[in-house]
Amino acid sequence: MVKPDYVLFDKDTTAIIFGNQEAAVQRMLDFDYLSGKESPSVAAVVNPSGGRKGFTKVFFGWHEILIPMYNNLETAVERHPESDVVINFASFRSAYEVSTEALNYPSIKTVVIIAEGLPERQTRELIALRKKLGKWIIGPATVGGFVPGAFKIGNAGGALSNLLMSKLYRSGSVGFVSKSGGMMNEMANMISLNSDGVYEGVAIGGDKYPGSTLLEHLLRYEANPDIKMMVVLGEVGGTDEYEIADAIKKGEIKKTVVAWVTGTCTKVFPSEVQFGHAGAMARGEAETADAKNAALKEAGAYVPSSYDDLDDLIREVYEDLRAKGIIIEEREEVEPQEIPAGYNPQTMRKATNIISTISDDRGEELLYAGVPISKVISEGYGIGDVISLLWFKKRLPVYVTEFLELALKITADHGPCVSAAHNAIVTTMAGKDLTAAVASGVLTIGPRFGGAIDDAARYFKKARERGLTPGQFVDEMKAKNVNIPGIGHRVKSVQNPDMRVKLLEEWAYANLPRHELLDFAVEVEKITTAKRNNLILNVDGCVGIVFVDILRSTGIYAEDEIDEIINMGTLNGIFVLGRTIGMIGHYLDQKRHHSRLYRHPWDDVLYMLPSEREALKYRKAE
Amino acid sequence: MAQRGIREYDAKNILAKHIERFSNGTFKYRGRVALVTPERDIESVSTDKPWLKTSKLVVKPDQLFGKRGKHGLLLMNATYSEAKNWIEEKMNSIVEVGKVRGKLTHFLIEPFIEHDKEYYLAFTGHLEGDYIHFSTEGGVDIEANWDKVTTINIPVEANIEDVDLLPILDGVNSEEGSTFRDLITALFKLYCELQFGFLEFNPFTYNADEFFPLDTVARLDDTAHFISHDDWGDIEFPVPFGRELRQEEQYIKELDDKSGSSLKLTILNPRGRVWTMVAGGGASVIYADTVVDFGFGDELATYGEYSGNPSTGETYEYAKTLLNLMTREKVEGGKVFIIGGGIANFTDVAKTFDGIINALDDYAEKIKEHGIKIYIRRGGPNYEAGLEKIRDAGQRLDLDMEVHGPDMHMTKVVAIALKNLNGGERKDGQTRLCAV
Repeated sequence: MVKPDYVLFDKDTTAIIFGNQEAAVQRMLDFDYLSGKESPSVAAVVNPSGGRKGFTKVFFGWHEILIPMYNNLETAVERHPESDVVINFASFRSAYEVSTEALNYPSIKTVVIIAEGLPERQTRELIALRKKLGKWIIGPATVGGFVPGAFKIGNAGGALSNLLMSKLYRSGSVGFVSKSGGMMNEMANMISLNSDGVYEGVAIGGDKYPGSTLLEHLLRYEANPDIKMMVVLGEVGGTDEYEIADAIKKGEIKKTVVAWVTGTCTKVFPSEVQFGHAGAMARGEAETADAKNAALKEAGAYVPSSYDDLDDLIREVYEDLRAKGIIIEEREEVEPQEIPAGYNPQTMRKATNIISTISDDRGEELLYAGVPISKVISEGYGIGDVISLLWFKKRLPVYVTEFLELALKITADHGPCVSAAHNAIVTTMAGKDLTAAVASGVLTIGPRFGGAIDDAARYFKKARERGLTPGQFVDEMKAKNVNIPGIGHRVKSVQNPDMRVKLLEEWAYANLPRHELLDFAVEVEKITTAKRNNLILNVDGCVGIVFVDILRSTGIYAEDEIDEIINMGTLNGIFVLGRTIGMIGHYLDQKRHHSRLYRHPWDDVLYMLPSEREALKYRKAE
Repeated sequence: MAQRGIREYDAKNILAKHIERFSNGTFKYRGRVALVTPERDIESVSTDKPWLKTSKLVVKPDQLFGKRGKHGLLLMNATYSEAKNWIEEKMNSIVEVGKVRGKLTHFLIEPFIEHDKEYYLAFTGHLEGDYIHFSTEGGVDIEANWDKVTTINIPVEANIEDVDLLPILDGVNSEEGSTFRDLITALFKLYCELQFGFLEFNPFTYNADEFFPLDTVARLDDTAHFISHDDWGDIEFPVPFGRELRQEEQYIKELDDKSGSSLKLTILNPRGRVWTMVAGGGASVIYADTVVDFGFGDELATYGEYSGNPSTGETYEYAKTLLNLMTREKVEGGKVFIIGGGIANFTDVAKTFDGIINALDDYAEKIKEHGIKIYIRRGGPNYEAGLEKIRDAGQRLDLDMEVHGPDMHMTKVVAIALKNLNGGERKDGQTRLCAV
């Protein structure tokens, strides 16, 4: 459903939070919970420091939930196209860049800028941009705002106790807008005590150039049929309040407005006392609070003689609107989603120590990434599908699961002489059990044995990304004196090819939509085998390289995510898993023929010790 | 913070450093300016500025106020020794400018420029762009001649190079017109890129490629310091004339500079009977307003705020500074101390109130001696605990104290306090809301 223009936030609004603001996110979720919402209003968090990503844990009511966390805004926006709000917690140094980026994404409609101290010229550029694009900025230098029962920005509305006290979990009839963010809670409380409560409240921020003005929000409220009266809290300095007076006079604002401009005290102050707010300095008589209050009153707004009378005036106006039938009847009172007595988030919410996002054994049935085990069986999922669910949390296309199975078959064993099998055999012969035998073999898997899968994927991928030709890549590795991972074999050569590699290559060309990294590797192999005939693409290299092509073929992963999959060691996982089959085989094989303790023959060891004198010459005789 | 005035001396140094770059070498300004202060007299300044002793000079105070000629604070066409005597005579003297009294401490000296034409040029910002104001008849009477000033708006996203400046150069001959166009373009670019909020030359003159800003007023956007500090060089943002900081104000300012929170203090009337310590920028204004609205403006002792979740220690220092000022002079009828605030968004009320309680502990005896009644109203995170603690402290220390939470209207506490101070009368003559 398309939202009307005057709605910035409603029950379905979700936001992307820029900045790792755990407390603010938690407060938004507390609000959501109290308001009886079924899902959280925070779609994602951007942690721009480049540090933690993946998920952030927060409580939604009693339960911990995970909210996706990214390292950049672009990814967050791409993954959450339904979110049209960015709440920008970036500091004054980077708020401009982040806000510009956010405004330029088509899916983003509103950017809230929390930072105080943005240079005025940057703010004005942002305002020009948002007007050109037909979007909204709230802030800078604000705590934000809220639509009770629907959506709340960051820290606005304060702690849980205040959300309850000011009834921010349910909708009222009053729209209010203020400059000051610090006065938001106070105003919401005052309005809830003297009327049926707040429909929407926004603090535009105390800067000289606010991203959106008091009037712009009042015009939104004017257009919103759910809002019956409006309250404005202006401030000394600037001329925004005259725009409001004009709009009332011209009939652009017809709803009842209660207004007060703060800063009436300036008349007793010496020159140029700068208030906390950047915008709050009167230049000339017209910008004083007294003059603006008078203008608003003259235009037809209800203006008290002092802030002290504002509460009573709101009540009088509200009662009057009820008497006149403009506010027909008070809304049905909605209770907040129940919170048990003695509720204290600090002590009663127990943060979990472990997160599991791949399997869940608590329900009636075991789940693999959300898929019930009965479905896995009844629908004939292969072992590749199970790996896909448990490693990648999704059932990937058939060519991926087929490849996983192919890779497992090919890497399952490579005879008794390689490191892993040898260790497993020796351990079995020493009388140890299956677990110990397999473990001793697994422990040999690493940079020299089996581990080339990861490195091959990494090196070839990076070379391609840097735009190197196969020749340049080979030359560069030569210059660095590094062997190219995934190239070279102890035994196999051009004349004596490795059948496993041939099989993988054939499969890749027959099944993969994309295979550019394999093409590149084959070109590299042509150059290296011209130098020496055993410098062929080996099985580790081929698995790693083809896997990159596979991940790209799915179209699911961005390049940095593919890098992360490689860096986590996923590809070595294929080798560990595959080779375990072989090692168990070797264990069983040894057990079957009751082999005895292995002892390596003397003649297979070259003994070369120092002389006794040489060994002792560095310790003086006592 | 915001736009803040800088000294003419600093403004001219920035001009001298950058005008060639922004005009692609078309204009230069030698920036012959010298600043004499109580710490650096004209003699010591003249060692690296030999022109002081060889040129005829103009001398004027450089303390963010204008109309110096009209106040007899402008010395023209003077020799070095005349300038020296004039400064020595005026240094540290108190003068009244408009409604403000202040001490003269900074003097700007420049070479006297013979000229026959005086022009006016100013740049001012507004929400959607910047205005260029220009007149061929600049000088002291610019306000009277404002009808001769022409103005053009440059939108924020516009490039000044592409803007036709002809409309403001109407009536200027074509040769001069092209010089002005280049000059205005260069200075406008400098104004934008160096983050000025306001820049005015009244008057300026020029000679071939040399620009002479005879009188310059400038404000910089101090929030842009992180962008422009290298271009600005070593500048200061002086306090407005007549607003030299008192020791206590200076102390709070230093506290504020070091803190991520906000601590502000302006002393209005140390003999006043109404003292406030208010949390939050918005609420602090409203409390002061209410005191003034009720007719107690002349009794309001300070304006200030503490906000942004200051630490217990910072709040303690702030409260102590106020109590120290408050307990210096006894006043007939006693005083009221209003510890106010709205409902905080994230400031921890209990934590900040711990700081206030520590200060009350220190000053309890003096508070009683001076007949100070304390009125408290606050809400926000942990307010129940905070109010409870301060209520206990009031009883323990036997202080005359009233404590209210967010169930009472924010400024009602002001009405109660003033009623007690003034026998129940609101000085503004309205009585409707005085009954509490």
